[in-house]
Amino acid sequence: MEGLLDFLKPPVAGLQDFYILSGRALRNLFRGPHYVDDIFIQMDAIGVGSLWIVILTGFFSGVVITMQMSRALAQYGATGQVGQIVAITLVRELGPVLTALLVAGRNASGIASELGSMKVTEQIDAMRALGTDPIQKLVTPRMIATCVMLPMLTIVADFVGLLGGYVIAYYTIGLTSSQYWTNAYQALEYNDVVQGLLKPFVFAFIISLVGCFYGLRTSGGTQGVGLATTKAVVVSSIWVFVVTSMLTRIFVNLH
Amino acid sequence: MTSAAPSAATTDSLLRFETVSLHFDETVALDSVSFEMFAGETRVILGAAGSGKTTLLKAAIGLIQPDSGRVYLFDEEITGLKENQLFDIRSKVGVLFQEGGLFDSITIAENVAYPLLNGRAHAVPLDQVEPKVREALRFVELEQTMEQFPAELSGGMRRRVGIARAVVSEPPLVLYDSPTAGLDPITATTIMALIAKERDSQDTANLIVTQRYQDGQLMANFRYNRTSGHLEPASENGAVAGDGSDPARTVFMVMKEGRVVFEGTQHELEASQDAYVQKFVPKYS
Repeated sequence: MEGLLDFLKPPVAGLQDFYILSGRALRNLFRGPHYVDDIFIQMDAIGVGSLWIVILTGFFSGVVITMQMSRALAQYGATGQVGQIVAITLVRELGPVLTALLVAGRNASGIASELGSMKVTEQIDAMRALGTDPIQKLVTPRMIATCVMLPMLTIVADFVGLLGGYVIAYYTIGLTSSQYWTNAYQALEYNDVVQGLLKPFVFAFIISLVGCFYGLRTSGGTQGVGLATTKAVVVSSIWVFVVTSMLTRIFVNLH
Repeated sequence: MTSAAPSAATTDSLLRFETVSLHFDETVALDSVSFEMFAGETRVILGAAGSGKTTLLKAAIGLIQPDSGRVYLFDEEITGLKENQLFDIRSKVGVLFQEGGLFDSITIAENVAYPLLNGRAHAVPLDQVEPKVREALRFVELEQTMEQFPAELSGGMRRRVGIARAVVSEPPLVLYDSPTAGLDPITATTIMALIAKERDSQDTANLIVTQRYQDGQLMANFRYNRTSGHLEPASENGAVAGDGSDPARTVFMVMKEGRVVFEGTQHELEASQDAYVQKFVPKYS
C-alpha cells in the first residue's frame, strides 16, 4: 500500500501543480500588466512559423485520404461521394488533430526548451527578484498566442487538405470540380464546423500550458532541458488524443 | 554613484532570520538558521557546496518559503506573503545571481534598465533611465557593451553586468550569490574589487555567499579609495576590529549542512578551533 501511494504521489502532485499554473495563467488574462508585445512575438513564432509545415501536411493528408477512400468507395460504385468523406474526416477530426500534433511537436518543445533554459540559468528567479511575474510575462502570452493561432492554422489545414483531395479527385479519379466541391460543401453541418473549431481551441490550451509547465519545472542543467522538451511533446500529444476522443463523444451524442 | 547616500543608522535591521528551517523532500537545506543583519554591514557567508548558502539567499527575498521560522526584510515579515505582495519589498534589494542571471533575449542596456522599469518602490521617469544605465555600466567599466547581447560577453563580463543591474536602482541591501565562482583569479579579484567599490561608494549593506575565504578577506581588509580609484588596505581599527563604530564592518558566517556553525569577525574566524571552520582559513595566515 505504501509503495502504491509513493508511486501515485508524483503524478498527482504534478497534476495539481499543472492546474495551479493553468489557473494562474487564466487569471492573468484579467489583471495587468499585459505584455502585448510578447503576445504578438509568440503569435508570429507559433502561427506564422508553423504555416508552411501545416500547409504541406494538410495537403498531403487530403491527398492520402482521398486515394485510400476512393478505393473503398469504388467497391460500392460511390467514388463520387469522396468529397463528402474527405470534408467530414478533415474538418471534424484529422484537420484539428494533425495540426495540433504538428504544433505540439514544434511549439510545445520550443516553449519547454526556451523556458527550461531560462529556468536552469536562473533567469526565472531573476525575473521574480526584479518584480516581474514569470507567468504573466511568459506563460499567458504563449497561451493567448496559441489559442488564437491554432484555430486559424486548422482552418488553413482543412482548406489545403480539401484542395489536396480535389487534386486527386480531379486528376486521378476523374470527378468534375463541381462534383467534388458541392459534395464536400453539402456534407458539412453546423455541428461539424463547431467541433472542428472548438477542438483546436482546447488543444491550444493543452499544448501551450503543458509546454510551459514542463519548461518551468526544469532542473538539472542542459540534460534537464532536453528531458523537459521531450516530456512536453509526448504529454501534450497524448492529451490531444484523449481530449479529442472525449469531445468527439460529446458531439456525436449531440447530433 | 560618486555621491555617498546618507548612511542609515547602524541599528536599522535589514534582514533577520528567526529559526528558519527548510527542506527539499528529505534533504535538509536550512536547519534553525537565525541571524540579523544591519545597515552598512558586510556579511560573508562561507560554506561547502550543499551547505545551504544559496537557499539562504533565496529565502531572504522570498523566492523560497521556509517550512518553519520567520524571515524579516527591512523589519517587515515576508514569510507567507504572496508573490505579488513581495514585489515592492524586493525592489529595495539588489541581487546578483550566479553567472549573472541576465535575460539573454534582450540587450545589456535593457537588462540593466530592467529594475528601473519594473521596480514599484521607486518609479524612475523614463528620461532618467538611460543616464542611470550608463552610469551603472560605467561603474563596472562596461559602458561600451550597451547594445550587445549577454551571449556575446565572457563569463566575467556577464557577472559585471549582473552587478550593474543589481546596483542600478541604488538599493540599501545587495545580495551576491557566489560572485567569483568559476572565474580565474584575476577576474575574481576584479569582481570583488567592484563589490568593495560599491560598498564604499554607496554605503550599501552586502550579503556575499561564497566558497572562497579570499573574497571575505578582501572585503574585510581593503577599502576603495575614491580619489585614487584603487583598493587599499584598511586601517587596523577599521573593519577588522568589528566594533560597530566602523559602518562597513565585516561579519563572517560559516554554514555546514544547513546550520550556522560560526558567526563573528575575521579575527574570531581565524582563531576558531572548530575543525570544519578551520578548513576555510588558509593555514599560513
